[in-house]
Amino acid sequence: MTAIAEKTTMREAFVDTVAAALDTDPRLAVVLAEISADRFADAARRHPDRVVNVGIREQAMIGVAGGMALTGLRPVVHSITPFLVERPFEQLKLDLNHQGVGAVVVSTGASYDYPGAGRTHMAPGDVALLDTLPGWTVHVPGHPEEAAELLRAALPGDDPVYVRLSERANSEPVARGPGWHRVREGRDGVVLAVGPMLRPVLSATAGLDVTVLYAATVRPFDSTGLRHAVLGARPDVVLVEPYLAGTSTHAVADALPDIPHRVLALGVRRDAELRAYGTAEEHEVAHGLGPSAIRAAVGSFLAGAR
Amino acid sequence: MTITTAPGYGYADLGALMSEMTGDEKHEPAATSTLDVLWVLYDQVLAVGPQRTDDPDRDRFLLSKGHGPMAYYAVLAAKGFFDRSELRRFAEFGSVLGHHPDRMLVPGVEIGSGSLGHGLPLALGVVLGLRARGRRDPRVVVLVGDAELDEGSNHEAIAVAGRRGLGQLTAVVVDNASASYGWPGGIGERFAREGWAQRTVDGRDHDALREALTDTRPDRPLVVVAEVEPKG
Repeated sequence: MTAIAEKTTMREAFVDTVAAALDTDPRLAVVLAEISADRFADAARRHPDRVVNVGIREQAMIGVAGGMALTGLRPVVHSITPFLVERPFEQLKLDLNHQGVGAVVVSTGASYDYPGAGRTHMAPGDVALLDTLPGWTVHVPGHPEEAAELLRAALPGDDPVYVRLSERANSEPVARGPGWHRVREGRDGVVLAVGPMLRPVLSATAGLDVTVLYAATVRPFDSTGLRHAVLGARPDVVLVEPYLAGTSTHAVADALPDIPHRVLALGVRRDAELRAYGTAEEHEVAHGLGPSAIRAAVGSFLAGAR
Repeated sequence: MTITTAPGYGYADLGALMSEMTGDEKHEPAATSTLDVLWVLYDQVLAVGPQRTDDPDRDRFLLSKGHGPMAYYAVLAAKGFFDRSELRRFAEFGSVLGHHPDRMLVPGVEIGSGSLGHGLPLALGVVLGLRARGRRDPRVVVLVGDAELDEGSNHEAIAVAGRRGLGQLTAVVVDNASASYGWPGGIGERFAREGWAQRTVDGRDHDALREALTDTRPDRPLVVVAEVEPKG
């Protein structure tokens, strides 16, 4: 694959990948609601019929994508997470799923990427919401190169795909293909790191005798990969996700129906709206997702099993 | 399910077809308000048919007002999209005909609907998709109710379609005066403000409906407001 420049963000990798694909794939279309329209201006000049900005109209954006998909096109729809997933949620449910068509739905600005903007620009419930709909593939890349690769694989399809881009990224790309990738091997438990959570998880588990698994694709959930890891270590599972804590707990339970196990779910806190600005690092700490908090939580969880 | 050919039903048979579903010769306003518009569209206006449900150059009819679909089903059965016997299983478990139509179940149905405010944005997307594929001929006609226009999602689509001058798009508003607040100046004026051509006609007059529904412009979408008796 083409090397991604070091400072490139996932959002830039998304725009570059989709703009290039528009030149070669006549089925591809992009539907926007102002957000990132400036970044697609050149592509829109080259493909005026296939890059559509509907203005600040997120319901129409998803409805238009559904209508385009009904004509056989492959729409890519994109906005900041709350405006893409929460505001037009019924359109995702009805204008895509219920019509039996798909789209590549690409969010930017994950749980606490834009902390200065406050709650209005945060949507840590996005993956949990999509979990209420059937058939979605959910990608949570941890690096711009992963984002580009997952997008390139999703563009030729017909199914509903959600790509959750973040300003937070790991220092190196890891994932090659779907499922859990074994980053570390150990015996005392299994720690699952999703997307950008790998960096704090690796730091938090340094020196611990645990298996660390990484995934950039969380739906479908790789039950087989988790079972393999759990059979090779104590069945204590720590789930570290960059969105609402416990979003994938049901998937872990479904993967291990016959194996007595424990689960500790870490993620964005559910019990209160964090009414704070500041930096993403400060939000990470406030949600207990910094390396030291993860280490303390994993340590006491594993100690509780002894 | 088998697709029949040329059953030879006419407008006069629609009442009997609807009574297969309701067991009642007097039908609810929600079911009959659309009957004449649907018949004129399928009988005289749209290039559609049971033999071309997958033809990319067919016209598209999107029923956004998905509740009270008995008139829709009666017209589709009359035109041979499915067998008349299916009407008797209306809303039974395993029937393809529900209280809201489902495009994945019923031949010739272009969208699943029932939740208001989805059809017009979908229709806008279908037009944009057809244009992106170089298909400038198929018409896309979407039927909404006057109260359905309360949903803001419609206004998102009305503005975009008007400003982009999408002549392939027609919205039919069946107006039985059921909206609580209405639209100052009338429904047609509201669309016209957004750049649409507009016609307001008697929704029971087949000649007037046909004339209005075929009065398209190349450079702007068309709205036909079909006025019927107020909802009781």
